Amino acid sequence: MPPILRDYTPGAFHDELVTPEGRSRAGADQLVTYLNTLSSKALIDRQAAAERAITEMGITFTVYTEGQNIDRAWPFDIVPRVISGSEWSGIEAGLRQRLSALNLFIDDLYHEQKVVKDGVFPKETLASSKNFLTACVGASPRFGVWAHICGSDLVRDSDGTMYVLEDNLRVPSGVSYMLENRSVTKRVFPDLFENQNIMPVDNYPSDLFDMLVAIAPTEDPEPEVAVLTPGIYNSAYFEHSYLAQRMGAELVEGGDLLVGDDDCVYMRNIEGLTRVHSIYRRIDDTFLDPQVFRPDSMLGVPGIMRAWRNGNVALANAPGSGVADDKVVYTYVPELIRYYLDQDPILPNVPTWRCSDSKHLDHVITNLADLVVKPANESGGYGMLIGPVASKAELENFAGLIRADPRNYIAQPTLAISTTATVSEAELEPRHVDLRPFILQSDRLAVTAGGLTRVALVKGSLVVNSSQGGGSKDTWIVEDRD
Amino acid sequence: MLSRVAERMYWAGRYLERAENGARLVRVHGHMLLDMPARAGRTWEQLVTIFGQQATFASRYDDPSEKNVVSFLVADAENPGSILSSLASLRENVRTTRDVVPTECWECVNELYLFSGRELPRSGTERTRHRTLSEVISRCQQLTGLLAGTMSHGPGYRFMRVGLNLERADMTTRVLDVPAASLLYAVEEFEPYRYTLWMNVLKSLSAYQMYCQYVRRRVLGEDVIEFLLRDALFPRSLRSCLAEIAADLELIPRHQTALDEIGSLIDDLDGTLTTEMDAAVLHDYLDTLQRRLGDVHQRIVSTWFLSAKSQ
Repeated sequence: MPPILRDYTPGAFHDELVTPEGRSRAGADQLVTYLNTLSSKALIDRQAAAERAITEMGITFTVYTEGQNIDRAWPFDIVPRVISGSEWSGIEAGLRQRLSALNLFIDDLYHEQKVVKDGVFPKETLASSKNFLTACVGASPRFGVWAHICGSDLVRDSDGTMYVLEDNLRVPSGVSYMLENRSVTKRVFPDLFENQNIMPVDNYPSDLFDMLVAIAPTEDPEPEVAVLTPGIYNSAYFEHSYLAQRMGAELVEGGDLLVGDDDCVYMRNIEGLTRVHSIYRRIDDTFLDPQVFRPDSMLGVPGIMRAWRNGNVALANAPGSGVADDKVVYTYVPELIRYYLDQDPILPNVPTWRCSDSKHLDHVITNLADLVVKPANESGGYGMLIGPVASKAELENFAGLIRADPRNYIAQPTLAISTTATVSEAELEPRHVDLRPFILQSDRLAVTAGGLTRVALVKGSLVVNSSQGGGSKDTWIVEDRD
Repeated sequence: MLSRVAERMYWAGRYLERAENGARLVRVHGHMLLDMPARAGRTWEQLVTIFGQQATFASRYDDPSEKNVVSFLVADAENPGSILSSLASLRENVRTTRDVVPTECWECVNELYLFSGRELPRSGTERTRHRTLSEVISRCQQLTGLLAGTMSHGPGYRFMRVGLNLERADMTTRVLDVPAASLLYAVEEFEPYRYTLWMNVLKSLSAYQMYCQYVRRRVLGEDVIEFLLRDALFPRSLRSCLAEIAADLELIPRHQTALDEIGSLIDDLDGTLTTEMDAAVLHDYLDTLQRRLGDVHQRIVSTWFLSAKSQ
């Protein structure tokens, strides 16, 4: 039986599992050795066992199409993605640094705006920010922290450097799948966990709960904590329910809550009404309070902004945090880290051109066919242009869009993002991956050990979104120091 | 506990019991028909009547053949009362309360649903049907046991139990209603099969063996009715179900009005000796009982559930 990785060739990309010479990367020795003892059949059997476990455990994401609510099994690949402990500690420090700076930035924007006065962040960019909410000016959430939960997307380029691609500060999702991927992997490869130190991930729900307790505006040591979901048709409903269950918090919908005459938030339960102190809200800012934002929102709670501003309830993330979740703001993060923390950034940004800058704009228009262009305020890969695969007509059309609204676009080089071994039929083949770690901040910071590795299951594809043929993998931070 | 969660737990209990009852009834019915001559007037159609689904059935099928009735009651996704639909509703109610239900129980529900979706539509022949329905029953029992053994017996659990026992009580009255109605039109030729008929009523509620132990004389219609309505110890008798509901309600906050409703129903039942009723009176009495079970349901909805609250 030939070793299963014998014909594995990562090609021009940086591979997370093996070097171009075919040696294991730091931390991956045991996994590579183990994979090479498997036959094709054993590999297929394990993949099938994992898929069966996922179906039986009911790990799903929801696709809402044609008026029907379909609960789909979560696409998962059994081969873990490995990062060495020594590399990870640097990444972790970089993530903490980033979120600390972003929170100082958000708090500054809603108060004195020193960063604008000092000429570090342009006034015009702030003025045209869609996610800067005037309803939040002057509000003071506990510890000055606005973005309590951040999911940052990291990618590794062909030179081996890990770059931050974006910071998701609105309602980042995926952490429940990170946790479930680990429990499925433990079922499939129990032996691999016995002989090496793989950092555990399952303290996340406790860290999340501690954060929600820390920000609760009450001296009560057991504040009432709730997860606010848009409801069972939301694509991330599984995650909302999962996190509520793991934290022992109530899972509520807008209709379960009301704001009383005392400007406090209550939930309707079988005893009558009970005060809620801290809410992990998984609905967007604009749907949060029909009295302040979209009046047609059926998902939110009338009056909840008033309750929040008066300091009677904590909302995570705080309304208005999305101002820092803007791809133009992203380009300033290295400067923001220097400005607020007086430190050099640990994690680099992907080199980015701001179309609002006329010199950058010329460069972008001239080199459009080589670039990836993203709108400033969309997520999930919507409204993007991928230059190298776009038609001439698409390029021309996009050039027009950019010229019409330069503030709304940024451009980046197309990255040769890294690959790792992934099951394809009965073999292992390289597939592109990214990584989304989750960072929590209240009076202290916590970072997940690794995060959610998303993988483009289609050969050659760079799209990792689960709704578009993407899947995910367990992520191992493996101790490599003696 | 959130009102919305309480409501979903209550419905989870109802659908769980509805699915299990359905499986028990269909499983027994086939057996009984094998023993009955055509002229005794026992048909598959009567099963549709027990479920109160005559109109839906008539809109979907031409004739009440065994094949049609079984597929309608067992695996028809368009029939909201079919076993498969009940299990889908059970799953949906548990899926949307996963934050309060132990994970093991959710996995059990999910597997039960996956199994049923795969096997029930294929359970056409009497032999495979028996095997599949028995499997459904035992998995329902497994779930009931898991809930009892792993979920804290707080309000959520109590609401599930209330839903389950109310559904069970309702089914007992429905199962009795069909043979009771046939007493009205007693045909002479039917006499020799009367014993078989009542024995099967007992069997369809899994009550035959307990009846024999406690009643200790040959199976007679009037004894069967008395046993299934008023026996204090058999868990599927109406009286036992009501006592269970009352006991669970007492452990839920703000229970007084619902408890009063069930208390007066219990008093009424305790003061009514069914053996003295003639067929017509009995038939009316069963109707009254069903209506009053509906009142208990309404009282629960208006006291605790979100759907009844104005914004």
